[in-house]
Amino acid sequence: MGAGPYIEPNPPVALVERLRQAVPGAVLRSDEFRGEITVLVATGKLADAGLFLRDDPECAFEMLTAVVASHFLDRDYEHEVAYVFYSLSKNHRINLKVRVGKDEVIPSLTSIWSGANWLEREQYDMVGVRFSGHPDLRRIIMPEDYPDHPLRKDFDVEGGPTSLDGEGRPASPGWRDMEHQ
Amino acid sequence: MSAETPHGAPGAGAPPDGGLVGRADLHPKLPGMAAELPAGEDALHGEQVVLNMGPSHPSTHGVLRLVVTLDGETIKAVRPYVGYLHRGMEKIAEGMTYNQFVPYTDRLDYLAPLSNNVAYIMAVEKLMGITLPPRGRVVRVMACEIARISAHLLWLGTGALDLGAATVFFHTFRERETLYNIIESLTGGRLTTSYTRVGGVSRDLPDGWTKMVRDFTASFPKVLDELDQLLTGNQIWMKRTQNVGILTAKDAIALGVTGPNLRGSGVAYDVRKTEPYLGYEDYDFDVPIGSKGDVFDRYLVRFEEMRQSVRILNQALDNLPGGPTDIDDPKIVLPRKDDVLRKMEELIQQFMLVTEGFPAPAGEVYHAIEAPKGELGFYIRSEGGKSPYRLFIRSPSFVSLQAIEKMAVGGLVSDLIAIIASLDPVMGEVDR
Repeated sequence: MGAGPYIEPNPPVALVERLRQAVPGAVLRSDEFRGEITVLVATGKLADAGLFLRDDPECAFEMLTAVVASHFLDRDYEHEVAYVFYSLSKNHRINLKVRVGKDEVIPSLTSIWSGANWLEREQYDMVGVRFSGHPDLRRIIMPEDYPDHPLRKDFDVEGGPTSLDGEGRPASPGWRDMEHQ
Repeated sequence: MSAETPHGAPGAGAPPDGGLVGRADLHPKLPGMAAELPAGEDALHGEQVVLNMGPSHPSTHGVLRLVVTLDGETIKAVRPYVGYLHRGMEKIAEGMTYNQFVPYTDRLDYLAPLSNNVAYIMAVEKLMGITLPPRGRVVRVMACEIARISAHLLWLGTGALDLGAATVFFHTFRERETLYNIIESLTGGRLTTSYTRVGGVSRDLPDGWTKMVRDFTASFPKVLDELDQLLTGNQIWMKRTQNVGILTAKDAIALGVTGPNLRGSGVAYDVRKTEPYLGYEDYDFDVPIGSKGDVFDRYLVRFEEMRQSVRILNQALDNLPGGPTDIDDPKIVLPRKDDVLRKMEELIQQFMLVTEGFPAPAGEVYHAIEAPKGELGFYIRSEGGKSPYRLFIRSPSFVSLQAIEKMAVGGLVSDLIAIIASLDPVMGEVDR
């Protein structure tokens, strides 16, 4: 056991092209920000893209690190779900993103990475995104009989869900404007 | 189960439906119980017992609840239930400025708050494109390694206590007291450190602090040797831990398990080596790995990590650079207190920074560090503005807990205690 060679983290730009060719129609857009590559993927192609990213020897993303769903009030999609993948053998990371509307479901990645089980359950619980093909899509953090999804933007941080056009408390817009406190 | 069992109270009447005994009949509404009912031949063969462990049980290390299906003493199924310590931190983060969230990170893995402070603030700094001056980086490295030793000491003490070795606990807590004094001298708090700020740390090293750390790193290896003698070759310890709770490397990787739990299974993944941050590439240290993935391997890995952390601390102290700990950007970092008291501009600056915060560019970043429990990552989505639009905490304990079923099924119920201790979950970061 020595100090070991250090592998510089290197954004795997070439992989996006590989994915584009291997799964036609999957890659909608690709961005690079602060050394991270984020690929916007068509929802229907997510499972295919995931399988390719895990099994392709150049990609070899053995690990699903995080699943993060964000809720939006004012866009033509309601949820954006980001996945962070890591490759142990190649030592690189890539992020995938899918965007879905109000009643759309996202294919679950549990059959590809078993660790997706709890990660997807948590996002379903907190944000209300639904995953199809998930073996056990129950709430995980909030109580079973809890009616709401607290990380949605129409859920006020100090109380419960608020109606967007009602008279009551303003819905949490993502941050509280301090001038109106 | 029949009414004639020696354990049944005389005249206790009919047993609960389906042979469901244990705590379940006391709390029939608890979720998950009904699903574990034995069916068909199993019910004839052995009275399968559904046992509820936790959420308040000392060996579950916090409010972890496990519903265990037992056939005699053999575990047939384990279902973890989490969420008892949920405080809505990710939601809270959306309503405050970037610096305001630092105290909340203390309460994630409350055994290593300094690590959480660093992990969170580095994600923010990645979003803003900030690089720290050399001294600030070394100070943070020392903070992280002190947190690692302190967290591993607690794991060692309580883990050994769970298996009946009470002496270890007192030794580790004596050392933790020294570390907490060091942390208190550095940050002003023992548990709630809140040490980091965007672009730096809350205060530079106090006078005499490096000597405190030097004294500790000089004396601590001897204590480790003593603890090593108490446990590693101990027959009882070996019998309780070897070949118990085996997690294969393949399973661990598929589940996303990181940190000492993954390294115990033989995978040398350490974020400090693979994606060095804070200048970890300049330190000479080893990454210990296990071979089998049992409780004993995870014990050996964590034990060796404490020695490696001492090595890192010594190197950091030897090469501690001078100069500022914070970046020189008055729009982000608070001005010096003397200047605030004497100069108008600085007073306004402090007022604006504290009340308004500062905006971050729009974008999404994920940054991970090697926390004592594994890969602790923060995913921040900014839409511009002074608060995150969405903040996600990728906590190592949450992901590791999924592995409990793979490790415990087929083993004995007493092994489950050893397995939980060796997984080292902290519910503060599981539930967030």
